[in-house]
Amino acid sequence: MFTPPDALKSAYDVVIIGAGGHGLASAYYLARDHGIRNVAVIEKGYIGGGNTGRNTTIIRSNYLTPEGVQFYDESVRLWRDLSQDFDLNLFYSTRGHFTLAHTDASMRTMRWRAEVNKHFGVDSEVVDAQAVHQAIPHMDMTAGGHAPVLGALYHAPGAIARHDAVAWGYGRGADRRGVEIHQNTEVLAIETEDTGSGPRVKAVVTSRGRIETRKVLCAVAGSTPRLLNMVGLRSPIYIHPLQAMVSEPIKPWLDPIIVSGSLHVYVSQSARGELVMGASLDPYELHATRSTLDFVEHLAARMLDLFPSLADVKINRQWAGMADMTPDFAPVLGKTPVQGFYLDAGWGTWGFKATPVCGKTMSHTVARDEAHPLIEGFRFDRFEHYALTGEKGAASVGH
Amino acid sequence: MKILTCPVNGPRPVSEFAYAGELREMPEPASASDADWAAYVFNRNGAAGIKREWWCHTPSGVWFIAVRDTVGDVVLKTYLYGHEAGAE
Repeated sequence: MFTPPDALKSAYDVVIIGAGGHGLASAYYLARDHGIRNVAVIEKGYIGGGNTGRNTTIIRSNYLTPEGVQFYDESVRLWRDLSQDFDLNLFYSTRGHFTLAHTDASMRTMRWRAEVNKHFGVDSEVVDAQAVHQAIPHMDMTAGGHAPVLGALYHAPGAIARHDAVAWGYGRGADRRGVEIHQNTEVLAIETEDTGSGPRVKAVVTSRGRIETRKVLCAVAGSTPRLLNMVGLRSPIYIHPLQAMVSEPIKPWLDPIIVSGSLHVYVSQSARGELVMGASLDPYELHATRSTLDFVEHLAARMLDLFPSLADVKINRQWAGMADMTPDFAPVLGKTPVQGFYLDAGWGTWGFKATPVCGKTMSHTVARDEAHPLIEGFRFDRFEHYALTGEKGAASVGH
Repeated sequence: MKILTCPVNGPRPVSEFAYAGELREMPEPASASDADWAAYVFNRNGAAGIKREWWCHTPSGVWFIAVRDTVGDVVLKTYLYGHEAGAE
Protein backbone atom coordinates (compact mmCIF):
# COMPACT_ATOMS: atom_id res chain seq x y z
CA MET A 1 0.00 0.00 0.00
CA PHE A 2 2.96 2.31 0.64
CA THR A 3 6.38 2.75 -0.90
CA PRO A 4 8.88 2.07 1.87
CA PRO A 5 11.36 4.94 1.42
CA ASP A 6 15.07 4.15 1.84
CA ALA A 7 17.20 6.65 3.68
CA LEU A 8 16.09 10.08 4.79
CA LYS A 9 17.19 12.87 2.48
CA SER A 10 19.29 15.64 3.99
CA ALA A 11 16.60 18.27 3.41
CA TYR A 12 12.85 18.59 2.78
CA ASP A 13 10.55 21.54 2.16
CA VAL A 14 8.29 20.40 4.98
CA VAL A 15 8.74 17.84 7.76
CA ILE A 16 5.56 16.54 9.38
CA ILE A 17 6.01 14.86 12.76
CA GLY A 18 3.41 12.18 13.38
CA ALA A 19 1.93 9.75 10.81
CA GLY A 20 -1.53 9.68 12.33
CA GLY A 21 -4.65 10.85 10.54
CA HIS A 22 -3.92 14.54 11.09
CA GLY A 23 -0.29 14.42 9.94
CA LEU A 24 -1.06 12.28 6.89
CA ALA A 25 -4.10 14.37 5.92
CA SER A 26 -1.91 17.48 6.03
CA ALA A 27 0.69 15.73 3.85
CA TYR A 28 -2.03 14.65 1.42
CA TYR A 29 -3.50 18.13 0.95
CA LEU A 30 -0.05 19.76 0.84
CA ALA A 31 0.80 17.51 -2.10
CA ARG A 32 -2.61 17.53 -3.79
CA ASP A 33 -3.83 21.10 -3.28
CA HIS A 34 -0.64 23.09 -2.77
CA GLY A 35 1.85 21.24 -4.99
CA ILE A 36 4.32 20.78 -2.12
CA ARG A 37 5.60 17.24 -2.54
CA ASN A 38 9.11 17.32 -1.11
CA VAL A 39 7.69 16.33 2.26
CA ALA A 40 8.75 13.79 4.88
CA VAL A 41 6.32 12.42 7.44
CA ILE A 42 8.31 11.18 10.46
CA GLU A 43 6.68 8.63 12.76
CA LYS A 44 8.13 7.10 15.93
CA GLY A 45 5.85 4.04 15.73
CA TYR A 46 3.67 2.97 12.82
CA ILE A 47 1.02 4.60 10.61
CA GLY A 48 -2.18 5.33 12.52
CA GLY A 49 -0.92 3.61 15.69
CA GLY A 50 -1.67 6.49 18.03
CA ASN A 51 -5.01 8.11 18.75
CA THR A 52 -6.13 7.64 15.12
CA GLY A 53 -6.42 3.92 15.86
CA ARG A 54 -7.59 4.34 19.46
CA ASN A 55 -10.69 6.53 19.25
CA THR A 56 -14.33 5.48 19.05
CA THR A 57 -14.74 6.85 15.48
CA ILE A 58 -17.66 9.23 16.08
CA ILE A 59 -18.08 12.06 13.56
CA ARG A 60 -20.40 14.99 14.29
CA SER A 61 -20.57 18.78 14.12
CA ASN A 62 -23.13 19.67 16.83
CA TYR A 63 -20.68 21.77 18.83
CA LEU A 64 -21.31 24.80 21.01
CA THR A 65 -19.13 27.69 19.84
CA PRO A 66 -19.51 29.34 16.41
CA GLU A 67 -15.81 28.61 15.77
CA GLY A 68 -16.27 24.93 16.57
CA VAL A 69 -19.54 24.44 14.69
CA GLN A 70 -18.22 25.94 11.44
CA PHE A 71 -14.95 24.03 11.68
CA TYR A 72 -16.46 20.60 12.36
CA ASP A 73 -19.25 21.17 9.82
CA GLU A 74 -16.63 21.64 7.12
CA SER A 75 -15.05 18.40 8.33
CA VAL A 76 -18.34 16.47 7.99
CA ARG A 77 -18.65 17.81 4.42
CA LEU A 78 -15.17 16.53 3.60
CA TRP A 79 -15.81 13.15 5.25
CA ARG A 80 -18.70 12.37 2.91
CA ASP A 81 -16.48 12.41 -0.20
CA LEU A 82 -13.43 10.72 1.25
CA SER A 83 -14.15 7.13 0.20
CA GLN A 84 -14.54 8.34 -3.41
CA ASP A 85 -11.53 10.57 -3.08
CA PHE A 86 -9.29 7.71 -1.86
CA ASP A 87 -10.96 4.90 -3.83
CA LEU A 88 -10.94 3.08 -0.50
CA ASN A 89 -13.96 2.02 1.54
CA LEU A 90 -13.94 3.92 4.84
CA PHE A 91 -17.22 2.29 5.96
CA TYR A 92 -18.53 5.81 6.52
CA SER A 93 -21.95 5.24 8.00
CA THR A 94 -24.43 8.01 8.83
CA ARG A 95 -26.31 6.85 11.92
CA GLY A 96 -27.82 9.85 13.68
CA HIS A 97 -26.45 10.92 17.06
CA PHE A 98 -28.43 11.29 20.30
CA THR A 99 -26.92 13.20 23.23
CA LEU A 100 -29.20 12.26 26.11
CA ALA A 101 -30.29 14.83 28.67
CA HIS A 102 -31.10 13.57 32.17
CA THR A 103 -31.48 16.95 33.88
CA ASP A 104 -33.10 20.32 33.22
CA ALA A 105 -29.62 21.86 33.11
CA SER A 106 -28.52 19.56 30.31
CA MET A 107 -31.78 20.16 28.41
CA ARG A 108 -30.86 23.84 28.53
CA THR A 109 -27.37 23.14 27.14
CA MET A 110 -28.90 20.98 24.37
CA ARG A 111 -31.24 23.83 23.42
CA TRP A 112 -28.30 26.23 23.34
CA ARG A 113 -26.28 23.90 21.13
CA ALA A 114 -29.25 23.25 18.82
CA GLU A 115 -29.80 26.96 18.27
CA VAL A 116 -26.12 27.68 17.55
CA ASN A 117 -26.03 24.66 15.23
CA LYS A 118 -29.13 25.72 13.29
CA HIS A 119 -27.78 29.24 12.95
CA PHE A 120 -24.85 27.79 11.02
CA GLY A 121 -27.01 25.44 8.97
CA VAL A 122 -26.17 22.26 10.89
CA ASP A 123 -28.96 19.69 11.16
CA SER A 124 -29.50 19.58 14.93
CA GLU A 125 -32.60 19.69 17.12
CA VAL A 126 -33.86 19.07 20.63
CA VAL A 127 -36.24 16.10 20.81
CA ASP A 128 -38.42 14.93 23.69
CA ALA A 129 -38.33 11.66 25.62
CA GLN A 130 -41.03 10.12 23.42
CA ALA A 131 -38.96 10.66 20.26
CA VAL A 132 -35.91 9.14 21.97
CA HIS A 133 -37.93 6.11 23.02
CA GLN A 134 -39.23 5.60 19.47
CA ALA A 135 -35.74 5.78 18.00
CA ILE A 136 -34.15 3.48 20.62
CA PRO A 137 -36.99 1.25 21.88
CA HIS A 138 -34.69 -1.18 23.72
CA MET A 139 -33.19 1.54 25.93
CA ASP A 140 -34.36 1.87 29.54
CA MET A 141 -35.68 5.45 29.56
CA THR A 142 -35.25 5.67 33.35
CA ALA A 143 -31.57 4.56 33.18
CA GLY A 144 -32.06 1.98 35.91
CA GLY A 145 -34.44 4.27 37.75
CA HIS A 146 -31.90 6.86 38.80
CA ALA A 147 -31.45 9.13 35.77
CA PRO A 148 -34.65 9.41 33.68
CA VAL A 149 -34.10 10.60 30.10
CA LEU A 150 -35.89 13.94 29.64
CA GLY A 151 -34.96 14.41 26.00
CA ALA A 152 -31.95 14.63 23.74
CA LEU A 153 -30.03 16.67 21.24
CA TYR A 154 -30.50 14.85 17.94
CA HIS A 155 -27.96 15.31 15.17
CA ALA A 156 -28.94 13.42 12.01
CA PRO A 157 -25.52 13.68 10.27
CA GLY A 158 -23.76 11.92 13.18
CA ALA A 159 -21.66 9.12 11.69
CA ILE A 160 -18.97 6.54 12.30
CA ALA A 161 -16.10 5.41 10.04
CA ARG A 162 -13.35 2.81 10.02
CA HIS A 163 -10.53 4.76 11.65
CA ASP A 164 -7.50 2.78 10.43
CA ALA A 165 -8.63 3.17 6.83
CA VAL A 166 -8.64 6.95 7.21
CA ALA A 167 -4.92 6.96 7.99
CA TRP A 168 -4.24 4.44 5.21
CA GLY A 169 -6.26 6.44 2.67
CA TYR A 170 -4.52 9.70 3.42
CA GLY A 171 -1.15 7.95 3.65
CA ARG A 172 -1.53 6.17 0.33
CA GLY A 173 -2.76 9.33 -1.37
CA ALA A 174 0.21 11.30 -0.05
CA ASP A 175 2.63 8.48 -0.90
CA ARG A 176 1.41 8.33 -4.51
CA ARG A 177 2.05 12.05 -4.82
CA GLY A 178 5.66 11.76 -3.73
CA VAL A 179 5.47 12.30 0.03
CA GLU A 180 7.87 10.05 1.99
CA ILE A 181 6.50 8.33 5.09
CA HIS A 182 9.27 7.22 7.47
CA GLN A 183 8.00 4.92 10.21
CA ASN A 184 10.12 3.76 13.18
CA THR A 185 11.84 7.14 13.08
CA GLU A 186 11.90 9.15 16.29
CA VAL A 187 12.45 12.89 16.54
CA LEU A 188 15.26 13.54 19.04
CA ALA A 189 15.65 17.31 18.73
CA ILE A 190 14.52 20.32 16.73
CA GLU A 191 17.18 22.89 15.90
CA THR A 192 16.25 26.56 15.69
CA GLU A 193 18.25 29.67 14.81
CA ASP A 194 17.78 33.23 15.97
CA THR A 195 16.65 35.62 13.25
CA GLY A 196 16.68 38.78 15.33
CA SER A 197 12.87 38.69 15.42
CA GLY A 198 12.58 35.41 17.30
CA PRO A 199 13.62 31.82 16.70
CA ARG A 200 13.13 30.01 13.38
CA VAL A 201 13.13 26.29 12.59
CA LYS A 202 16.38 25.08 11.03
CA ALA A 203 16.54 21.29 11.23
CA VAL A 204 15.02 18.17 12.75
CA VAL A 205 17.33 15.58 14.31
CA THR A 206 15.90 12.06 14.12
CA SER A 207 17.02 8.59 15.16
CA ARG A 208 17.90 8.00 11.48
CA GLY A 209 19.69 11.24 10.70
CA ARG A 210 19.46 15.01 10.58
CA ILE A 211 17.10 16.82 8.18
CA GLU A 212 17.34 20.48 7.16
CA THR A 213 13.96 22.14 6.84
CA ARG A 214 12.33 25.53 7.29
CA LYS A 215 8.87 24.17 8.08
CA VAL A 216 7.83 21.63 10.68
CA LEU A 217 4.26 20.56 11.37
CA CYS A 218 3.84 18.87 14.73
CA ALA A 219 0.81 16.53 14.96
CA VAL A 220 1.67 14.16 17.79
CA ALA A 221 -1.26 14.24 20.29
CA GLY A 222 0.02 12.85 23.59
CA SER A 223 3.66 13.66 22.80
CA THR A 224 2.94 17.35 22.13
CA PRO A 225 4.41 18.74 25.39
CA ARG A 226 7.67 16.84 24.80
CA LEU A 227 7.97 18.24 21.26
CA LEU A 228 7.11 21.76 22.46
CA ASN A 229 9.94 21.50 25.00
CA MET A 230 12.32 20.88 22.07
CA VAL A 231 11.53 24.33 20.66
CA GLY A 232 11.28 26.05 24.03
CA LEU A 233 7.51 26.66 24.02
CA ARG A 234 5.18 26.28 26.99
CA SER A 235 1.48 25.54 26.58
CA PRO A 236 -1.62 24.64 28.61
CA ILE A 237 -1.70 21.13 27.12
CA TYR A 238 -1.76 18.28 29.64
CA ILE A 239 -2.05 14.53 29.10
CA HIS A 240 -4.64 12.18 30.56
CA PRO A 241 -5.40 8.71 29.18
CA LEU A 242 -8.77 8.10 27.53
CA GLN A 243 -9.89 4.49 27.58
CA ALA A 244 -12.34 2.61 25.39
CA MET A 245 -13.60 -0.96 24.94
CA VAL A 246 -15.52 -3.16 22.51
CA SER A 247 -17.91 -6.04 23.06
CA GLU A 248 -18.01 -9.30 21.20
CA PRO A 249 -19.82 -8.97 17.84
CA ILE A 250 -23.59 -9.26 18.13
CA LYS A 251 -26.36 -8.95 15.56
CA PRO A 252 -27.08 -5.40 14.39
CA TRP A 253 -29.61 -3.83 16.75
CA LEU A 254 -28.29 -0.37 17.61
CA ASP A 255 -28.47 2.01 14.67
CA PRO A 256 -27.87 5.47 16.18
CA ILE A 257 -24.93 6.67 18.24
CA ILE A 258 -25.90 7.19 21.89
CA VAL A 259 -24.11 9.57 24.25
CA SER A 260 -24.92 10.36 27.86
CA GLY A 261 -22.81 13.00 29.52
CA SER A 262 -24.42 12.40 32.90
CA LEU A 263 -23.83 8.64 32.84
CA HIS A 264 -20.40 8.97 31.18
CA VAL A 265 -21.28 6.65 28.31
CA TYR A 266 -20.99 6.77 24.57
CA VAL A 267 -21.74 3.81 22.37
CA SER A 268 -22.24 2.84 18.75
CA GLN A 269 -22.37 -0.48 16.94
CA SER A 270 -19.67 -1.03 14.33
CA ALA A 271 -20.15 -2.62 10.91
CA ARG A 272 -18.72 -5.81 12.48
CA GLY A 273 -21.42 -5.83 15.15
CA GLU A 274 -19.16 -4.89 18.04
CA LEU A 275 -20.40 -2.31 20.50
CA VAL A 276 -17.75 0.41 20.64
CA MET A 277 -17.91 2.12 24.03
CA GLY A 278 -16.17 4.95 25.82
CA ALA A 279 -16.55 6.89 29.04
CA SER A 280 -14.59 9.87 30.34
CA LEU A 281 -10.93 10.71 30.87
CA ASP A 282 -8.85 8.91 33.44
CA PRO A 283 -8.75 11.05 36.59
CA TYR A 284 -5.06 11.92 36.66
CA GLU A 285 -2.10 12.71 34.42
CA LEU A 286 -0.35 9.72 32.88
CA HIS A 287 1.98 9.28 29.90
CA ALA A 288 1.11 5.66 29.20
CA THR A 289 -1.59 3.65 27.48
CA ARG A 290 -2.31 1.10 30.17
CA SER A 291 -5.87 -0.16 30.73
CA THR A 292 -7.69 -0.48 34.05
CA LEU A 293 -10.39 -2.80 35.39
CA ASP A 294 -11.98 0.21 37.11
CA PHE A 295 -12.81 1.63 33.71
CA VAL A 296 -14.51 -1.54 32.45
CA GLU A 297 -16.50 -1.99 35.66
CA HIS A 298 -17.79 1.58 35.75
CA LEU A 299 -18.61 1.78 32.06
CA ALA A 300 -20.28 -1.64 32.01
CA ALA A 301 -22.46 -0.65 34.97
CA ARG A 302 -23.60 2.54 33.23
CA MET A 303 -24.18 0.65 29.97
CA LEU A 304 -26.44 -1.78 31.84
CA ASP A 305 -28.42 1.14 33.28
CA LEU A 306 -29.35 2.03 29.70
CA PHE A 307 -29.38 -1.44 28.14
CA PRO A 308 -30.09 -4.14 30.75
CA SER A 309 -30.51 -6.73 27.98
CA LEU A 310 -26.74 -6.62 27.38
CA ALA A 311 -26.00 -8.27 30.73
CA ASP A 312 -24.65 -11.46 29.11
CA VAL A 313 -22.61 -9.77 26.40
CA LYS A 314 -18.84 -10.18 26.80
CA ILE A 315 -16.22 -7.46 26.55
CA ASN A 316 -13.62 -8.42 23.95
CA ARG A 317 -10.92 -5.75 24.19
CA GLN A 318 -10.02 -2.54 25.96
CA TRP A 319 -7.29 -0.01 25.29
CA ALA A 320 -6.25 3.60 25.93
CA GLY A 321 -4.85 6.60 24.12
CA MET A 322 -3.02 9.62 25.48
CA ALA A 323 -5.33 12.62 25.12
CA ASP A 324 -3.72 16.08 24.83
CA MET A 325 -6.23 18.16 26.77
CA THR A 326 -6.72 21.93 26.79
CA PRO A 327 -8.44 24.11 29.43
CA ASP A 328 -11.23 25.21 27.06
CA PHE A 329 -11.77 21.88 25.26
CA ALA A 330 -10.87 23.46 21.92
CA PRO A 331 -7.75 22.49 19.93
CA VAL A 332 -4.55 24.50 19.46
CA LEU A 333 -3.95 24.98 15.74
CA GLY A 334 -1.76 27.09 13.52
CA LYS A 335 1.37 29.19 13.82
CA THR A 336 3.47 29.46 16.96
CA PRO A 337 6.01 32.01 18.27
CA VAL A 338 8.71 29.87 16.61
CA GLN A 339 8.79 30.73 12.90
CA GLY A 340 8.19 27.69 10.72
CA PHE A 341 6.91 25.59 13.63
CA TYR A 342 3.23 24.80 13.11
CA LEU A 343 1.10 23.03 15.67
CA ASP A 344 -1.85 20.67 15.28
CA ALA A 345 -2.55 19.70 18.89
CA GLY A 346 -4.87 19.98 21.86
CA TRP A 347 -7.03 17.32 20.29
CA GLY A 348 -7.86 15.73 23.61
CA THR A 349 -10.85 13.44 23.20
CA TRP A 350 -12.32 15.06 20.06
CA GLY A 351 -9.73 14.80 17.28
CA PHE A 352 -10.80 11.97 14.98
CA LYS A 353 -13.80 13.76 13.48
CA ALA A 354 -11.58 16.73 12.63
CA THR A 355 -9.03 14.73 10.61
CA PRO A 356 -10.04 15.97 7.12
CA VAL A 357 -10.56 19.62 8.05
CA CYS A 358 -7.27 19.68 9.99
CA GLY A 359 -5.48 18.40 6.91
CA LYS A 360 -7.18 21.06 4.79
CA THR A 361 -6.59 23.99 7.12
CA MET A 362 -3.12 23.02 8.33
CA SER A 363 -1.81 22.40 4.80
CA HIS A 364 -3.09 25.87 3.89
CA THR A 365 -1.43 27.33 7.00
CA VAL A 366 1.90 25.62 6.31
CA ALA A 367 1.93 26.39 2.57
CA ARG A 368 1.10 30.09 2.99
CA ASP A 369 2.55 30.70 6.45
CA GLU A 370 -0.80 32.23 7.33
CA ALA A 371 -3.53 30.74 9.53
CA HIS A 372 -6.58 29.47 7.64
CA PRO A 373 -9.67 31.58 8.59
CA LEU A 374 -11.45 28.51 10.02
CA ILE A 375 -8.78 28.01 12.70
CA GLU A 376 -8.47 31.60 13.94
CA GLY A 377 -10.42 30.72 17.10
CA PHE A 378 -7.91 28.00 17.97
CA ARG A 379 -4.76 30.16 18.04
CA PHE A 380 -1.76 29.18 20.17
CA ASP A 381 -1.67 32.61 21.85
CA ARG A 382 -5.38 32.78 22.85
CA PHE A 383 -4.60 31.80 26.44
CA GLU A 384 -2.08 34.61 26.85
CA HIS A 385 -4.90 37.00 25.89
CA TYR A 386 -7.52 35.24 28.02
CA ALA A 387 -9.52 34.75 24.79
CA LEU A 388 -10.62 31.14 25.28
CA THR A 389 -12.93 29.22 22.91
CA GLY A 390 -15.13 27.50 25.50
CA GLU A 391 -16.19 24.20 23.99
CA LYS A 392 -16.60 22.14 27.16
CA GLY A 393 -20.40 22.10 26.92
CA ALA A 394 -20.13 20.17 23.64
CA ALA A 395 -17.64 17.56 24.84
CA SER A 396 -19.27 14.19 24.35
CA VAL A 397 -19.13 13.33 28.03
CA GLY A 398 -18.73 15.24 31.26
CA HIS A 399 -15.12 15.50 32.32
CA MET B 1 -1.26 2.49 40.60
CA LYS B 2 -3.99 0.91 42.72
CA ILE B 3 -2.92 1.90 46.24
CA LEU B 4 -1.77 5.35 47.32
CA THR B 5 -0.26 6.07 50.74
CA CYS B 6 -1.85 9.00 52.51
CA PRO B 7 0.63 10.54 54.98
CA VAL B 8 -2.09 10.55 57.65
CA ASN B 9 -4.30 7.54 56.85
CA GLY B 10 -1.76 5.13 55.36
CA PRO B 11 -2.24 2.97 52.24
CA ARG B 12 -5.72 3.37 50.72
CA PRO B 13 -7.33 2.43 47.35
CA VAL B 14 -6.62 5.07 44.71
CA SER B 15 -10.37 5.53 44.19
CA GLU B 16 -10.43 7.39 47.54
CA PHE B 17 -8.12 10.10 46.22
CA ALA B 18 -8.53 13.13 44.00
CA TYR B 19 -5.71 14.46 41.84
CA ALA B 20 -5.23 18.22 41.79
CA GLY B 21 -2.31 18.81 39.46
CA GLU B 22 1.36 19.59 39.72
CA LEU B 23 2.71 21.73 42.57
CA ARG B 24 3.39 25.20 41.09
CA GLU B 25 4.73 28.44 42.49
CA MET B 26 2.32 31.38 42.20
CA PRO B 27 3.91 34.64 41.07
CA GLU B 28 3.19 37.71 43.21
CA PRO B 29 -0.23 38.85 41.88
CA ALA B 30 0.40 42.56 42.46
CA SER B 31 3.69 42.70 40.61
CA ALA B 32 3.43 39.92 37.99
CA SER B 33 3.07 41.05 34.36
CA ASP B 34 -0.11 40.07 32.50
CA ALA B 35 1.87 37.56 30.42
CA ASP B 36 3.44 35.97 33.52
CA TRP B 37 0.07 35.75 35.21
CA ALA B 38 -1.54 34.16 32.12
CA ALA B 39 1.34 31.68 31.98
CA TYR B 40 0.72 30.79 35.63
CA VAL B 41 -3.04 30.44 35.12
CA PHE B 42 -2.93 28.35 31.95
CA ASN B 43 0.44 26.81 31.17
CA ARG B 44 1.37 23.39 32.46
CA ASN B 45 4.39 21.16 32.36
CA GLY B 46 2.67 18.50 30.26
CA ALA B 47 5.73 16.40 29.44
CA ALA B 48 6.39 13.06 31.10
CA GLY B 49 8.62 12.94 34.15
CA ILE B 50 8.83 12.67 37.92
CA LYS B 51 6.55 15.36 39.32
CA ARG B 52 5.44 16.73 42.69
CA GLU B 53 1.64 16.73 42.71
CA TRP B 54 -1.23 17.74 44.95
CA TRP B 55 -3.54 14.90 45.97
CA CYS B 56 -6.44 14.81 48.39
CA HIS B 57 -7.68 11.84 50.42
CA THR B 58 -11.33 12.76 49.99
CA PRO B 59 -13.00 10.84 52.89
CA SER B 60 -10.73 12.56 55.40
CA GLY B 61 -9.98 15.78 53.51
CA VAL B 62 -6.21 15.39 53.85
CA TRP B 63 -4.25 17.34 51.23
CA PHE B 64 -0.71 16.17 50.58
CA ILE B 65 2.09 15.96 48.02
CA ALA B 66 2.91 12.82 46.01
CA VAL B 67 6.14 12.48 44.06
CA ARG B 68 5.13 10.39 41.07
CA ASP B 69 6.62 9.09 37.82
CA THR B 70 4.00 9.90 35.18
CA VAL B 71 5.25 7.22 32.75
CA GLY B 72 5.34 4.17 35.01
CA ASP B 73 2.58 5.52 37.30
CA VAL B 74 4.77 4.78 40.33
CA VAL B 75 4.58 6.95 43.46
CA LEU B 76 8.06 7.46 44.90
CA LYS B 77 6.91 9.13 48.12
CA THR B 78 4.11 11.11 49.73
CA TYR B 79 4.30 13.77 52.44
CA LEU B 80 2.34 16.62 53.95
CA TYR B 81 3.11 19.97 52.34
CA GLY B 82 6.03 21.57 54.19
CA HIS B 83 7.20 18.23 55.61
CA GLU B 84 9.18 16.94 52.65
CA ALA B 85 11.84 15.18 54.73
CA GLY B 86 9.16 13.11 56.48
CA ALA B 87 7.03 10.18 55.35
CA GLU B 88 8.14 7.54 52.87
